Amino acid sequence: MPGFDFSNYNRNAALHARGVPLPKATSTGTTIVGCIYDKGVVIAADTRATSGPIVADKNCEKLHYIAPKIWCAGAGTAADTEFTTALISSNVELHSLSTGRDPRVITCMTMLKQHLFRYQGHIGAYLVVAGVDPTGTGLYTVHAHGSTDKLPYVTMGSGSLAAMSVFESTWQPDLDRQGAIDICAEAIKAGIFNDLGSGSNVDVCVIEKDQPTQLLRNYMKPNDRPQKERNYRFQRGTTAYLDQRVISKEDMKKYVTIETLSGDDNLAAGDNMEVDS
Amino acid sequence: MTSLIGQSENIGYSFSEPTSANVKQHSFYPYTDNGGSTLGITGSDFAILAGDTRSTSGYNINSRMVPKVFKIGGDDETGDGAQILLSVVGFAADGNALKEKLDTVVKMYKYQHGKPMSVSACAQRLSTILYEKRFFPYYVHAILAGLDEEGVGALYSYDPVGSYEREQCRAAGAASSLIMPFLDNQVNFKNQYVPGSGEGHALEPVKAEPLPKETVKALVRDAFTSAVERHIEVGDGLQLMIITREGIEEIYHPLKKD
Repeated sequence: MPGFDFSNYNRNAALHARGVPLPKATSTGTTIVGCIYDKGVVIAADTRATSGPIVADKNCEKLHYIAPKIWCAGAGTAADTEFTTALISSNVELHSLSTGRDPRVITCMTMLKQHLFRYQGHIGAYLVVAGVDPTGTGLYTVHAHGSTDKLPYVTMGSGSLAAMSVFESTWQPDLDRQGAIDICAEAIKAGIFNDLGSGSNVDVCVIEKDQPTQLLRNYMKPNDRPQKERNYRFQRGTTAYLDQRVISKEDMKKYVTIETLSGDDNLAAGDNMEVDS
Repeated sequence: MTSLIGQSENIGYSFSEPTSANVKQHSFYPYTDNGGSTLGITGSDFAILAGDTRSTSGYNINSRMVPKVFKIGGDDETGDGAQILLSVVGFAADGNALKEKLDTVVKMYKYQHGKPMSVSACAQRLSTILYEKRFFPYYVHAILAGLDEEGVGALYSYDPVGSYEREQCRAAGAASSLIMPFLDNQVNFKNQYVPGSGEGHALEPVKAEPLPKETVKALVRDAFTSAVERHIEVGDGLQLMIITREGIEEIYHPLKKD
């Protein structure tokens, strides 16, 4: 069955009425912006994800792929921005295959707004949609209830006011590529430093006609953690335990097949997890 | 809207809501949470009180420089002569009112008795001040620090209505749940055992003993730089006050501003 599963709705409503709190979704507090320039469009985002006052992710990705030349910046409920953009990305690709044409930004924006309007704001996705297509450059905002805007520069999320103040004070109509990147990065930084829901790094995506799309991940890192003053490694044996059992590789082979990879840790581990030093 | 016709005893004025309809309730909430965190640790001959300097409301930053640690009973301008420290976190307006009140009390004590108030006496008085407002409390978590009669670091922590306790260390405020477990482990050595000292329940716990001042200062800075990473209401600056027999040293240290 396509669509959402509502089978727990009545149970959860009854539980909630008896005082069980609703689960807290990860929200991308967020500053996201977009700005067009002579040959294309730039979108940018901060990288902080929050759950209430706690930082859930210090370096998350808020720039989502829709099509090679259409990208989306998302604010609001993290899961909703993630799944909505993934769904529309799929449908945009199928649409492009069936028409035999490059997808258009306005098509994508229309699909997003119709999807979001159907759910009456319960899908908490606030998006900036940007891209270049055969008709030119497109830049739109889409609100969770389904309303849209088409503007030369846009901001969204809890840091939208801080970011918009940068655009309203320094934006000019004749920006070039670097000029657009600079003003977008500056707007995101205004959000990072003045809005508590936004923080950490600046991600930028540049979409230009006849040029491959560039995702500039962590274009700026203005919030690196200072070095810790003390070393918090524990001496081996510090943690108490009641029982220990050592299972040798030979014993394991009785139950599973073990293949030893080369000694290169990176080869075996794949993408390494980000860890504080 | 209910019709006014036929309600003889209830004369309807245009500006008054008919009481039988949905009554609109207006309310005033006198408290706000200004975020931030504080932390205190004692040693054998010193006590440290620290707090970040950010003041918030919601997702906004009111100011990046609002101190939460105060000298009590010293000169009005410079704080010279003070021998007691107070940190307050929670509702900043109540925090300031509480600080002013305790400061006055400590000064009056000195004028009337001709000797400075002891930390233990001040601690008991602060509890009384808080409990006086049991049904309209000061919305703050206070920590009081100084040196006791033996010159040993003394730290008292309070709940908003005056319950208090003398402790070795305490974190309060927005990031207290992040900092306190770190302090338990690094100051009181909780959950740490001496390697190879036994097996199972016979394992010997690492014994807590007062830490040197430089170690404590480093722990405080690490606690705050870590809290800043994971709590959005903590940041901008760190204010450190260290009380020793020589007096009170005040240090400011920048924190991340995002």
